[in-house]
Amino acid sequence: MSLTYLRYEVLRTFRNRRFLLFSLGFPLVLFLVVASTNRHATLEGVSFPLYYMAGMASWGAMLGIISSGSRISVERQQGWTRQLRITPLSPRAYLLAKVVCGYLTALLTMVVLFAAGTALGVRLGVREWAVMVGLVLVGLIPFGLLGVMAGHLLKPDSLGPAVGGLSALFALFGGAWGPIASHGALLDLVRDIPSYWLVQSGTVAYGGGGWPLQGWVVVGVWSLAAARLAFVAYRRDTARVA
Amino acid sequence: MTTSTPVGAGLVLRDLAKSYGPVAAVRGVDLSIAPGETVALLGPNGAGKSTTIDMILGLAPPDAGSVTVFGSSPARAVADGRVGGMLQTGQLISELSARELVAMVAALYPRALPVDEVLAIAGIQGFATQRTTELSGGQAQRVRFAMALVANPDLLVLDEPTAALDVEGRHDFWASMSEVARQGKTILFATHYLEEADSYADRIVLMARGRVVADGAATDIKSRVGGKTIRATLPGVGVDALRSLPGVTGALRRGEAVSLACSDGDAALRALLGAYPDARDLEVRGAGLEEAFLELVAEDEEAAR
Ligand SMILES: Nc1ncnc2c1ncn2[C@@H]1O[C@H](COP(=O)(O)OP(=O)(O)OP(=O)(O)O)[C@@H](O)[C@H]1O
Ligand SMILES: [Mg+2]
Repeated sequence: MSLTYLRYEVLRTFRNRRFLLFSLGFPLVLFLVVASTNRHATLEGVSFPLYYMAGMASWGAMLGIISSGSRISVERQQGWTRQLRITPLSPRAYLLAKVVCGYLTALLTMVVLFAAGTALGVRLGVREWAVMVGLVLVGLIPFGLLGVMAGHLLKPDSLGPAVGGLSALFALFGGAWGPIASHGALLDLVRDIPSYWLVQSGTVAYGGGGWPLQGWVVVGVWSLAAARLAFVAYRRDTARVA
Repeated sequence: MTTSTPVGAGLVLRDLAKSYGPVAAVRGVDLSIAPGETVALLGPNGAGKSTTIDMILGLAPPDAGSVTVFGSSPARAVADGRVGGMLQTGQLISELSARELVAMVAALYPRALPVDEVLAIAGIQGFATQRTTELSGGQAQRVRFAMALVANPDLLVLDEPTAALDVEGRHDFWASMSEVARQGKTILFATHYLEEADSYADRIVLMARGRVVADGAATDIKSRVGGKTIRATLPGVGVDALRSLPGVTGALRRGEAVSLACSDGDAALRALLGAYPDARDLEVRGAGLEEAFLELVAEDEEAAR
């Protein structure tokens, strides 16, 4: 794929202020407000700011990466994908650019949230930061694919509520705003949701650990399922509008 | 009308058909365009022009028939960057300036022209740094034109390229198209402006209700209908005598002036002057492309009934 094309796609992403405001501004403000009033509390065995930082970074990154894929829907409605289809750009390169842009927004959200966390007293070693970032990046894969699926399935006017609602639900059940279960059947259930592992990235990285096997399996299975769904949505969509 | 595919053929459509549900948008189009030809696609709304263009560009699969572009499939030709197109519908994406958008598209083609050169040709410099969302309709159209041009393709397919352009824009557009044609590129454009087809196309393809109803040079198409009208000042000759001249189908007298309806204007004029050398104030008017267009489309509708 042409790097110039990718560069302009990235430029577009970071010029979209509303998009940045939602995927970056909301989690940041929420983090600052909630974490500063609970600076010295602990949660799930780690400091409250660390837990909440990982939670809000996960939510923001999830929002960013889902939105990026879902923008396909807008570009389809505008007729832009038709215009691109009469250029040598392959559909795969188009999707890849969307995923790269999603990851870049997610990275920006993480950097900003981690800086805010540091300001509120979160202290981690280099290795711990690296593990946390790495786990979030891997944990985002199913959400990037779900974004692509939404981009092919939804009309632009239903996109905002759908993407916002979907990521809020994932964040809520994943425990981004605080764990929703500490034991029992509900915990077993949320541990099967990939956003749970996204949020856990901070907790498990603290002290040098990583996901247990279950985390990798859940993220892996969801990624495969989402990839399948995204592919089916893509096929159906391009066949219909052609 | 079907011709065998010549070696190095430009664009060949064979018995192309496409329906949308119950609507037969294109019903068996045969067309072959040689490399370097400039062809205008005319036809009333809903004639199937855009549907045909979609199939040429590989945007819609034909239900039947085939399209070959320079001997390969549309998808292949597009992937090789040999095709550039301006679609009838579609907005420009936001968050980029006009120049950035053209540069982004240019980056996708293997043999793209320099962006600034194309901006100049398309008359975009004046607003090149403006965001695409802030452009007027005609300015946006110029940007779309620039996106097609910057590709530097061998085949340019333009669906109503001058819609929304002002007089100057249209003039600029055709000036640059003539330049492109001079470079030996193949151009196919759909339009509702008959004078554009008349002045800039080597050949006109007229579509109606999903079929090609006429195909030829503008002069051929005009001569297919109505023929010519000859007026002259010629006192003292009976209309019956005039009517019997070769190529004349009808004659009318008003005072000293006569007017002859002719199926073959040239033969009629020669015969008239041969028989009546004192005929004065001769005036030959051809049926315009517009008359031809209306009549051929009407004929087709007649036949459908
Ligand atoms: N996506 C579609 N779904 C259903 N019907 C369609 C679709 N596109 C075109 N049609 C129908 O196919 C026929 C041909 O349409 P087409 O757009 O090819 O016409 P056209 O010659 O380009 O007309 P115009 O001069 O108005 O642009 C019309 O009857 C139109 O309603
Ligand atoms: Mg059309």
